[in-house]
Amino acid sequence: MAKITYIEHSGAEHVVDVETGLTVMEGAIRNLVPGIDADCGGACACATCHVYVDPDWMDRTGPRQSMEESMLDFASDVRDNSRLSCQIKVSGALDGLIVRLPEQQG
Amino acid sequence: MTAGTVIIGAGQAGLSAAEALRKRGYDAPVTLIGDELAPPYQRPPLSKGYLSRELPADRLWLKPESYYAGAAIDLRPGVRIARIDRAARCVVTTQGELIAFDHLILATGGAARRLPLPGADLPGVHVLRSLAHADALSDALAQARSLAIIGAGYIGLEVAASARKRGLEVTVLEAADRPMSRTASPLLGGWFGALHRGYGVDLQVSTGVAAITGSHRADGVRLMDGERIEADVVLIAAGLTPGVELAEDAGLACADGILVDAHARTSDPGIYAIGDVARFDSALYGRSIRLESVQNAIEQGRAAAAAICGARAPYDPVPWFWSDQYAIKLQIAGLIDGADRMVRRGDPEEGAFALFHFRNDVLIACEAVNAAPEFMAAQRLIAARARPDPDRLRDVTVAMRAFLS
Ligand SMILES: Cc1cc2nc3c(=O)[nH]c(=O)nc-3n(C[C@H](O)[C@H](O)[C@H](O)COP(=O)(O)OP(=O)(O)OC[C@H]3O[C@@H](n4cnc5c(N)ncnc54)[C@H](O)[C@@H]3O)c2cc1C
Ligand code: FES
Repeated sequence: MAKITYIEHSGAEHVVDVETGLTVMEGAIRNLVPGIDADCGGACACATCHVYVDPDWMDRTGPRQSMEESMLDFASDVRDNSRLSCQIKVSGALDGLIVRLPEQQG
Repeated sequence: MTAGTVIIGAGQAGLSAAEALRKRGYDAPVTLIGDELAPPYQRPPLSKGYLSRELPADRLWLKPESYYAGAAIDLRPGVRIARIDRAARCVVTTQGELIAFDHLILATGGAARRLPLPGADLPGVHVLRSLAHADALSDALAQARSLAIIGAGYIGLEVAASARKRGLEVTVLEAADRPMSRTASPLLGGWFGALHRGYGVDLQVSTGVAAITGSHRADGVRLMDGERIEADVVLIAAGLTPGVELAEDAGLACADGILVDAHARTSDPGIYAIGDVARFDSALYGRSIRLESVQNAIEQGRAAAAAICGARAPYDPVPWFWSDQYAIKLQIAGLIDGADRMVRRGDPEEGAFALFHFRNDVLIACEAVNAAPEFMAAQRLIAARARPDPDRLRDVTVAMRAFLS
């Protein structure tokens, strides 16, 4: 279990418990956090699950995977801390993670 | 009280329409009726991670249970619609219940095609469209040593890869001269054929199946040339028959799919059709198309919802699709039919490359193997009906971004 805070573009915060083994994307879908479309369901094929990882957490979420990196390259408003949330696996080490959602997906 | 919108088919498209209606502020009732018992779920993993047992069933659900009540979507699982009464503006369940509608959306998907082969009805012969099918197939594989797959389309090949991961001996039989012959280019099909052979799949192309053998249960297949192949389990993976029966019986225009316009409207303006079952005119491709993809299900669902809410948002997509086999991610943007020129970028031998297909110098499709930048850029180029320079495309030192400016 990890407590994850999702902050919508509007500033609205959602603090939810996400089971270990799920992805940060699934944590949002299961807890009805708006702002993540995840059209491909986590196959790293759509880039509609874009989040910004809080800078303090970037070490622990690890680097982007190479496929993820190239998908992100074409998403809108990509920053250094951009990740595809379906590619971040939740573990105890991510307890307290904060991610922010972009204004729009795709 | 108004009757609101009734959606037949609680799959990827039906759910997308229901969700989009609520996101647009539609405040009349929304009833989402599906004959499966499971809540709306993702089908793509059924041949991939779910079948290889890397993904449990509870990770297939598209929404958590609490979503439906919260969004005031009346989800009616396990209910099958027997007919549509257009004059009375209602649908009738197989139990005889009448459900009235102001707007009706048909999102009935389709059925896995069963081939008219001797033995096709034997126990041990499977198809794969639903979660129930996947469970039956997965259980059968747990008891089996060998699997024969009839048809080397995406689903057949994905199942082959998943079954290899589970240690089964796999034979794939394909009537055409290469895998994925209906939707992919010869080069790509041939490349995937070699990939599967490399993983130990016995892939036989240009091979007709005469019968499925076995007296009480399937124990193999007999080929047209008389050869027999033993298999504990047989999967028929021969594509989809669109679920047009309700629409046809109701007199709606159908032709390999329910015919709809750019707003997903059928020949009855209050009735819409979306997803795998719908056939529409693509302005981009200048012909009618019917797509079987998650992208299409989601976006056409949104288009129907927009139309019901009175918005004008014509649907003219760049189709896209993905397939995962072993460690390979295939992403396809656009449709290759009608292409007159192909340009290759990257080296197939190295396992990452893209094939760009042109018609009259306009880019119409891209097949990308472990090549996400090519896929992502191609989606935009195709939408813009762009004419990228083939020589630069071929040059891997020119970044894909450069084509977008
Ligand atoms: C094994 C498999 C793998 C796939 N992999 C991919 C992939 O990698 N990428 C991709 O883009 N696409 C993939 N697809 C295709 C994708 O899943 C479909 O395009 C998508 O599910 C279509 O959505 P739909 O809502 O139109 O149909 P469906 O999801 O089939 O939903 C239709 C629903 O309507 C129900 N129904 C039908 N008739 C009635 C009735 N009379 N009354 C009540 N309910 C009814 C059906 O039971 C079904 O639940 C795959 C499909 C399968 C089967
Ligand atoms: S859900 Fe599609 S890329 Fe993450």
